[in-house]
Amino acid sequence: MARGSKQDAGRGAPQAAGEGEAAAGEASASQEGGFAQPARVGIRKAYKMFVGGAFVRSESGRYTQVPEHAGVAGENRENVPRASRKDGRDAVKVAHEAWAGWAGRTAQNRGQILYRLGEMLDARRGELSGSLERGGVAAGAAQAEVDATVDRAIAYAGWTDKYQSLFASLNPVAGPHFNFTSPESLGVVVIVAPERPALLGLAGAILPVITAGNTCVVLASTADPRTAITFAEALATSDLPGGVVNILTGSVAEVLPHLARHVEVAALDLHGLEPALRKSVEEDASGSVKRVHARKLSEEGWFDAAATESPRWIERFVELKTIWHPAGQ
Amino acid sequence: MAAHGNGSGNGAGPVPRAEGGARAGGALEGGAMAGGAMARGARSGQYPDFSAPAVDRVMVEERAAALGKRSLKKEAKVAGLKLAISMMDLTTLEGRDSSGKVLQLCQKAMRPHERADVPACAAVCVYPTLVPVAKKALAGSGVKVASVATAFPSGLSPLSVKLADVREAVALGADEIDMVIDRGAMLAGKHGSVFDEIVAVKEACGEAHLKVILETGELGTYDRVRKASQIAMLAGADFIKTSTGKVTPAATPAVTLVMLEAIRDFYYATGKRIGMKPAGGIRTAKQALHYLVLVKETLGDAWLNADLFRFGASTLLNDVLMQLEKERTGAYQGGDYFSKD
Repeated sequence: MARGSKQDAGRGAPQAAGEGEAAAGEASASQEGGFAQPARVGIRKAYKMFVGGAFVRSESGRYTQVPEHAGVAGENRENVPRASRKDGRDAVKVAHEAWAGWAGRTAQNRGQILYRLGEMLDARRGELSGSLERGGVAAGAAQAEVDATVDRAIAYAGWTDKYQSLFASLNPVAGPHFNFTSPESLGVVVIVAPERPALLGLAGAILPVITAGNTCVVLASTADPRTAITFAEALATSDLPGGVVNILTGSVAEVLPHLARHVEVAALDLHGLEPALRKSVEEDASGSVKRVHARKLSEEGWFDAAATESPRWIERFVELKTIWHPAGQ
Repeated sequence: MAAHGNGSGNGAGPVPRAEGGARAGGALEGGAMAGGAMARGARSGQYPDFSAPAVDRVMVEERAAALGKRSLKKEAKVAGLKLAISMMDLTTLEGRDSSGKVLQLCQKAMRPHERADVPACAAVCVYPTLVPVAKKALAGSGVKVASVATAFPSGLSPLSVKLADVREAVALGADEIDMVIDRGAMLAGKHGSVFDEIVAVKEACGEAHLKVILETGELGTYDRVRKASQIAMLAGADFIKTSTGKVTPAATPAVTLVMLEAIRDFYYATGKRIGMKPAGGIRTAKQALHYLVLVKETLGDAWLNADLFRFGASTLLNDVLMQLEKERTGAYQGGDYFSKD
């Protein structure tokens, strides 16, 4: 606890940091249980985007400021990278490079990795709910959101080797052919995560996409980008190959149009986009004939497991390939 | 052997030269060279001065990196990228190369993109046995045929075999020969041996242009790269080239800068313009523009053409085409929409 409060002090207003330094200068001020307890300087986390399995700043060097706690006014703010269109391009590049490897893994292995993601999220419950609270969510609601997020990861871990048999079919044809259909991944999917719920919405949008063997570039919630980065830290330790999920923070309206026009992006999954931007993005996407899924779920809607853990969510991000094979004679 | 002999006369510059005629035999003991008999004895006096200034590693790396930070946009970028395409030696040097693959590469070199304003590449670079295929496919197009020779990529065959390799490639129709130097000899300090070998290969080339591959990744230091550049240019190279593409690191901006400076100083000393060809590891349009900036800043506009500067590359072309399309359409392009070699 002492450590936590010290960190909070460090994050506080500039004068608080100044006091911390002064205290550190006196060194080993207090004696407790025989051990010297030097005053510590607060450690502030540098929030970075997650691209290609690494945590990076924006190539542009720009940041946006997020209030330390929602509703707190004044100087007490934190810097979160503001992605540029080049960050978007770089992310698409690594996502495209990661696609073949990810889609080529066995369904069982993808399931194991997503299950481990569930484990990693579970181990970070406190950190995640703390981050949501700093973003303005009440304590109880934050914990419920983290629980639902862990459950969602486990649910999709289960789906990785099961959706194929639901979407595949053996098609009756009038001729000497064996005709069957099977699902395949699309490629790089660009996701715009909903503003709220910042964690469950993010995970709930990413999971069906990667379950199907796609890779993704995600534009995180602008209301609470810190939680998206903390979520990325769970991704980074869950054996997920680098580049399968790439999370950018910053302005959606700035980066999204370039990604929508990017020929290497196969589909867009847009959550809660304002109508004008959605329309222009759909027009941009038409140039390279992308699939565009746009929807706006209510906040409670994301907590509806029966709806959001449905294989229909996976079906949006698969291509159905039909094969005619000569048979009989 | 006029090509390597004419430098000594007009040099008031910093490269002191010994008399040209006596240098020929050198380390090729009992060898193929006409001057071999008189080469024995005071060997040190028979070679030109190979000494080269020491290279400041930190400065050269800093300068090469700094020149990469220049921002080329819009029209300048498009012009630079088109220039880069016109300087490209489209290369395939794999054991699985077939005539089909070379034919495809030749088509791509002649017409890299469906748009008419994209220029053709400078040359196609292949192994000697595939030279006739390329020659036939490129006939009348102006795109040259380059062939690697001299037991590429290691260069570790007897000289007679290497020379036969060169003569064969020229006889098959190669316009340009890319030879490798004997890095073992270079590392052992047998500079005369390296020199003599290049002289012999140059003679075997006849009319064909000679590019000398230093394989800088195996030379170890910038000082050695600089010295090898000096030796190659004195021996009659038309181009000096960084790498085979089979060794990592291949071309880097810093090593290219060292070689460009060697070319510059050689030009000041002799008035001869030697070409430069970085090869290996140049995969993106951005890298290509970086190299063009290095050339422009070190040697000036006179070198910014396919006669004096080339890129040895295979995957670079598609990235440059994608960038050109991006500039034209405003949308980032995808690799699936450009033909694979």
